[in-house]
Amino acid sequence: MSFVLSEEQQILRDSAKGFIAEKSPVTELRRLRDSKDANGFDSALWSQMAEMGFAGIVIPEEYGGVGFGYRGLGLVLEEAGRSLAASPLVSTSLLCTSALLIGGSEEQKKTLLPEVATGSLVMAMAMDEGAHHAPAKIATTADKDGDGFTINGTKSFVLDGHVAGKLIVAARTHSEPGDKTGITLFVVDADADGISRDRHIMVDSRNTAEITFKDVKVGHDHVLGNVDGGFAILDEALDRARIGLSAEMLGSAQEAYERTMDYLKERKQFGVVIGSFQGLKHRAAKMFCELELCKSVVADALDAIDERRNDVPQSASLTKARVGATFNEVSSEAVQMHGGIGVTDEYEIGFFLKRARVADATFGNVAFHSQRYAELEGY
Amino acid sequence: MADLEAFRKDVQAWLEENCPPSMRTPMPEEEVVWGGRNATYRNPDSKKWLDAMGAKGWTAPTWPAAYGGGGLSKDENMVLQQELRRIKARPALNSFGLWMLGPALLEFASEEQKQRFIPEIVRGEIRWCQGYSEPGAGSDLAGLQTSAELTGDHYVVNGQKVWTSYADKADWIFCLVRTDKTVKHDGISFLLFDMASEGVSTKPIRLISGYSPFCETFFDDVKVPAEQLIGEVNKGWTIAKRLLQHERAMISGMGLGGALSGATGQTLAGAAKEYLGDDGGKVADPIVREHITKHNMDSKAFALTMRRVQEEAKAANDVSATSSVFKYFGTELNKRKYELLIETMGTKMLGWEPDDTYDAAEIGNTRAWLRSKANSIEGGTSEVQLNIIAKRVLGLPD
Repeated sequence: MSFVLSEEQQILRDSAKGFIAEKSPVTELRRLRDSKDANGFDSALWSQMAEMGFAGIVIPEEYGGVGFGYRGLGLVLEEAGRSLAASPLVSTSLLCTSALLIGGSEEQKKTLLPEVATGSLVMAMAMDEGAHHAPAKIATTADKDGDGFTINGTKSFVLDGHVAGKLIVAARTHSEPGDKTGITLFVVDADADGISRDRHIMVDSRNTAEITFKDVKVGHDHVLGNVDGGFAILDEALDRARIGLSAEMLGSAQEAYERTMDYLKERKQFGVVIGSFQGLKHRAAKMFCELELCKSVVADALDAIDERRNDVPQSASLTKARVGATFNEVSSEAVQMHGGIGVTDEYEIGFFLKRARVADATFGNVAFHSQRYAELEGY
Repeated sequence: MADLEAFRKDVQAWLEENCPPSMRTPMPEEEVVWGGRNATYRNPDSKKWLDAMGAKGWTAPTWPAAYGGGGLSKDENMVLQQELRRIKARPALNSFGLWMLGPALLEFASEEQKQRFIPEIVRGEIRWCQGYSEPGAGSDLAGLQTSAELTGDHYVVNGQKVWTSYADKADWIFCLVRTDKTVKHDGISFLLFDMASEGVSTKPIRLISGYSPFCETFFDDVKVPAEQLIGEVNKGWTIAKRLLQHERAMISGMGLGGALSGATGQTLAGAAKEYLGDDGGKVADPIVREHITKHNMDSKAFALTMRRVQEEAKAANDVSATSSVFKYFGTELNKRKYELLIETMGTKMLGWEPDDTYDAAEIGNTRAWLRSKANSIEGGTSEVQLNIIAKRVLGLPD
């Protein structure tokens, strides 16, 4: 492994940087928000991102992707994070793609992954059911019904659930909520009979959906992986998603921080720039240290996935907790250091604060991953 | 790569022959080797091991062979360090000469000075101390007043240093002196001299830990040959700052890893289970468990960052001023570790002398806790590091 980027990776990062800065600055997120855009992201932009290879970046070439690995996807996500670009990268190209790569049958991979890579298929993972990430706490049931299953239950906080063409649903085929065994994953058409989807606009202006399954019939060939064996696939896919999302959060945190440093150098009070005050300097320097640590854990965790290291779960929890805490702190400090304009809607820094909290709650917050890290480390 | 593997085989064979078995065991505090003219060796193997490593130049593996160093490439040195770790070899030599002065001499000294001073650092023949801080010049180091006046072919040094580590045991001192009183930073020079010179005296300072690793050092008309001034007159501040970067790198390593210096390689989590109880594999106290988790995550992230920056430095990316990041974060981390250990061990870490109730490892931790308080002061306080980051990295104005 290496912390230093290869030439190919540097080119990828630079092209992602240029593309996203031009096509999807923070003003674009504001436009989507204010126009109450039906999708919550720009479909034309998503097509262009797919043409650049971003949608299928971790998908091997044999399934229509570019096979650039998770370090590659991380670089794109980091750049997307810098401008808070809303796109299905996390729901589709990161989380659902990972689940298919880990547990999908040859048939499922051949059918679905090429569509993901071209940007024509958006996918969403329907797993959590409450206000907190708890992938084993699944009450939604999938009862054996002839050759197939009947799904009943309600899913919440489904990222891009309102626009997805396919859903991956985690449902219980055995045992009780809280048990890691007895969970099965199903690939389901999002508009199948019995599915109703309620769009929710979140505080970060992105979308999630509440999805209700009422007697939804699926055939046995819709099972992803093995019956009762869904949790292992879900958890492994989630670890990759936690790491990838951390890369996006790192980009956002760095951007919020740099904007704040610029502001400290231009805003004058008492006849001097406020960046000359030691009360602000020391806080700025401490956050710099925190961000340096975040860069290291993110790069190492992405490499851990690509190298199939056995410490991916620890790396994922370390990274999500570390970056989550830093992004929360940096975004709060960014607002504080901007003073009055920091709390105006007109100014963009507030968008970073809102995104930080939603991203922290996604796939497990700081508390969840601190707890999990301790368990994985044996104390 | 094939060359490196051949090198590894050579290293293995050499270590097999030259690293005595007792040098592959955990090192008690009293067997740490600092070298020097008056060194004593509790374990005779320590001397053998130092002589073998010194002759090979492997106490300073990457320094040029021309000055007694190992002349190894970074990759070769990595192999050597891996092999030393594999056999759990003790460090052959602890030395401010190796960690701080040597790198500065390689960069700033004349050819003649390098030939004279560096080989004896490599072999551990001279023990060095650092004459930086003064009673009136702590964080404001450049405010130092110890003077050196040129008289014919020598300087006459007068003044006082403080916090001179092991001055009472050192053979020579590298010392910041004022050679121009009319300006501040541009009136400082970097001078080397023998601690046995007439007019040098030292007085140990007893610390809160009960130990006395530091001294007050007094200079009363000390005569120093002019050729022992490094670099140019009044240009010593540049050398001083560079040397501080090496010092900070050395101190920041202290926060790394979960192993505790006072105990026998135990981790915080292991200690917590022992002292607070084990609840089905978890530390029984949930609040302490949370504190330990946070600390361990920070520690792991910090170790990865040290590695990242080393790799980036090798690839010649810009990593300037990161020594302050490490100094600040590493020392704060180390202090937090010992505070957590008190929380974990309770009154078992609040004894003073070993006895029936308090074993040596527990007392060792107590003393190490007190010692750790100096980490964020020596080599530039945490606040000074934050100022340096704000100024040099972030570009925030004064």
